[in-house]
Amino acid sequence: MPERSAIAGSRPSGALLFETGEWNFDTLKRTFDAIQEIAIGELGLDPYPVQVEMISSEQMLDAYSSIGMPVFYHHWSFGKRFTRDEKMYRKGYTGLAYEIVINSDPCICYVMEENTMTMQALVMAHAAFGHNHFFKNNYLFKEWTDAEGILDYLNFAKAYVARCEEQHGIAAVERILDAAHALMDHAVNRYGRRPRLSLANEKKRAEERLEHQRKTYNDLWRTLPKSKRESAAKHENDHARRKLGLPEENLLYFIEKFSPSLKDWERELVRIVRNIAQYFYPQKQTKMMNEGCATYVHYRIMNRLYDLGKIGEGSMLEFLASQANVVFQPEFDDRRYSGINPYALGFEMMRDIERIVLSPTDEDRAYIPEIAGTGDVMGTLKEVWANFRDDACIAQYLSPTLIRKMRLFKLTDRTEAPHYLVDAIHDERGYDRVRRALARQYDPGVRDPNVQVTDVDLRGTRRLVLSHNLHNDVPLSEEEARAVLAYVADLWGYEVELLGIAGDDSTRYRYEASPRSS
Amino acid sequence: MNIVDRRLNPKGRSHTNRQRFVRLVRENIKEAVVRSIKERALGDVDSKEVVNIPRQRIQEPRFHHSARGGSREHVHPGNKEFVAGDTLPKPEGGSAGGRSHEGSPEGEDEDDFRFTLSRDEYLDILFEELELPDLVKTYLKETTAYQVTRAGFASSGSPRNLNLVRTMRHSLARRISLRRPTPEELAIVAGHIAELEGRASRTELDEKRLAELRIVHAQLDRRIKRIAFIDPVDLRFNRFEPTPRPNARAVMFCLMDVSGSMSEYMKDLAKRFFLLLHLFLSRKYEHVDIVFIRHTSEAKEVDEETFFRSTETGGTVVSSALAEMKRIVEERYPINAWNIYAAQASDGDNYPSDSETCTRILRDDLLPLCQYFAYIEVVDEREAGMFRSEGNASLLWRDYKVVADIHPNFTMKRVFSKSDIFPVFHQLFAKTQKVA
Repeated sequence: MPERSAIAGSRPSGALLFETGEWNFDTLKRTFDAIQEIAIGELGLDPYPVQVEMISSEQMLDAYSSIGMPVFYHHWSFGKRFTRDEKMYRKGYTGLAYEIVINSDPCICYVMEENTMTMQALVMAHAAFGHNHFFKNNYLFKEWTDAEGILDYLNFAKAYVARCEEQHGIAAVERILDAAHALMDHAVNRYGRRPRLSLANEKKRAEERLEHQRKTYNDLWRTLPKSKRESAAKHENDHARRKLGLPEENLLYFIEKFSPSLKDWERELVRIVRNIAQYFYPQKQTKMMNEGCATYVHYRIMNRLYDLGKIGEGSMLEFLASQANVVFQPEFDDRRYSGINPYALGFEMMRDIERIVLSPTDEDRAYIPEIAGTGDVMGTLKEVWANFRDDACIAQYLSPTLIRKMRLFKLTDRTEAPHYLVDAIHDERGYDRVRRALARQYDPGVRDPNVQVTDVDLRGTRRLVLSHNLHNDVPLSEEEARAVLAYVADLWGYEVELLGIAGDDSTRYRYEASPRSS
Repeated sequence: MNIVDRRLNPKGRSHTNRQRFVRLVRENIKEAVVRSIKERALGDVDSKEVVNIPRQRIQEPRFHHSARGGSREHVHPGNKEFVAGDTLPKPEGGSAGGRSHEGSPEGEDEDDFRFTLSRDEYLDILFEELELPDLVKTYLKETTAYQVTRAGFASSGSPRNLNLVRTMRHSLARRISLRRPTPEELAIVAGHIAELEGRASRTELDEKRLAELRIVHAQLDRRIKRIAFIDPVDLRFNRFEPTPRPNARAVMFCLMDVSGSMSEYMKDLAKRFFLLLHLFLSRKYEHVDIVFIRHTSEAKEVDEETFFRSTETGGTVVSSALAEMKRIVEERYPINAWNIYAAQASDGDNYPSDSETCTRILRDDLLPLCQYFAYIEVVDEREAGMFRSEGNASLLWRDYKVVADIHPNFTMKRVFSKSDIFPVFHQLFAKTQKVA
């Protein structure tokens, strides 16, 4: 990428888009158009149409509490969040986000009136083009979210919840929502749906089975004695379980479909929570890339605006200061350290890919040959943004150069060992291991506990069995797991149990819960 | 693209959510409010009340990995001196400093949740405790009372206040003075034109006249278009002006027996009573003074802190407090400038010989000066069961009863529990309603 020229005199002295920090709708519009020209004309981004909405800080606080959505049903947990955010903000512990952007078509982008014009420009470049492009093109968002329908759906959800509250009382509705919220992380089918059985396929399969029986018929089998009743019951039970599609990882889906106790309107509430969880599912998996994409885009655009002489040096300095804050990565021994900053890692990765594409070293050619030296920065980046999620992106494109730059190292913690072990550092032997470990850290399959419905006693007690398959022997946090399980029991209406299954199939723990009276 | 200015959209979208949250943690809030009643000054309803809520109550549990057990790997930035194979001692307590993001997604779960109640939320809980009727609650909660009165007409205002008659009158006057043709005039000319056009054969004169008429028609039409039927200058709106209710100053005397026989519980009841009276008064009057007089066998004006906190030993001579009040009224609160209210709380003990003096001072000196004199006799919780009937009333009660029967501005009530407090005000409130 063209580095920003250091000598102001070499810039064309075009008319500035704005000269002071003050903004008005005129400068906003002008700046937006200039940004759009660069984003679409030069970078070739493909975003949804944009609607910029100007809001005040109080409205920003409001928007925060309902997960940033413009409409949302009412629930006390949002009030709790609001209360907390408000206090933090009023006391000056935290600032507000500069922007909120919504994955919808048209893409709604909230900007705050308190921000200076430079920040508005940055925010528009970041959200209205960076995030927006990512939303429209990334495969996860395409597959899991419906940008056109989301606002309508949220409106429907809000109205539906309100109507239920009117008919059945707030307490009854909260009982369901509280419980459903507890399972929100387990409300998607991670691995796609099983293909539905079609009649034709079923027929074919039945014929094949008959054919198989005919071919392998042996009269001798008939002479074997068999315990009729037992096998019939077992067969029936197996059949029923197959029909339920066990094991099922989408807990909310399973409860919505098969809970023996939920009323129709309660089922619909569960469904609403499930659908909303699904809408947010891609965001969790692409946080690093999404921020990386948006930060990279605004960085390019702001620099380009400066090079074209459209923003002044004061603005540029303001932007650079803010940029430095956003991509700041404290080191592991820093008091401010709380994990890897997705903005920092994302931005570094995008810049690094740019470098590899334009001027690769021999090392890059060896590690990441498929993009090294291809010369088409935006083409490559757009491919990456469209086809990867965080873990895959890291596994594929984290280069040794970046590992060295960030001085990443891998630390292993085994229960039985008295020490942490530094497993790998930024050296020849460590690159692959650091890269794999970091990718795993972003893998939702590893990060989120793997809890599935594994059994239901359909004929007797209707007991529901969930299993947590321990990864690397890491258990669930017990207090919380019990609380969630109690909610599951409320939704299921009968007893439930949760088994912790270790890698060697042994049961590590077993929690039980019975439904509380509604 | 589209820029929409949403800044004028209604704020407080989270209000409902917050209310629900407050309802959920009502118990904890109640505790905080009850505590604050003990600690706060009577006149202070506007200071913020911080509520502490234990984490478990408002937990939103999810399945999370535990921070302990099992083996895990993590990549951290900023290596300085480690080489592969180095070992680091584990910190005490299990999880490493760099792991803070593993614990909870929101990062605040470790501490109790603290937040501040708004004035309205605070009063809501307070009133609920005292079992106030809803109407009273709203009355007390309003901060400033304005009366909306008509104040003529204005040329701008909200469409809701449009005065049709005035507007049309102005419109008509303008139309007449600017000589806007009426539709009828236009129709007549149009009729003539149609008639001429309809003729099978027209003379030259007819043709000329037709041309003239067409010009006239066009002129009239233009004029109608140019002169609006209703112009913005015609609009008249009803104007309303908020006028503050007549306010005056009031002084509230709190009299309390602080002899050893008043228990903490009784004092607490008394304080709630005083608190409520103050709220009522501060709603009605712009400025409310509070005078605290406590008495044992002799009375003294004290500050609020001493009034509620310290206990004195000694006998009980109620008339001393009444005399002190009389003295202060004469000294500082001339009756023509101040509305005088008095509230007395006692457990009813008094020297038998003092009764006569008490009733005399009340009847002759105080009641004529006072807007209202309320006496509550607080009864200890434990004794409440035994002494509920009137027959068991104290000496002072029987003496006061005589006064109460004659004077309508004297109310008395025995208070056993918090919910007994409000009925005392009922009479007062009914009266102020009539006045207002």
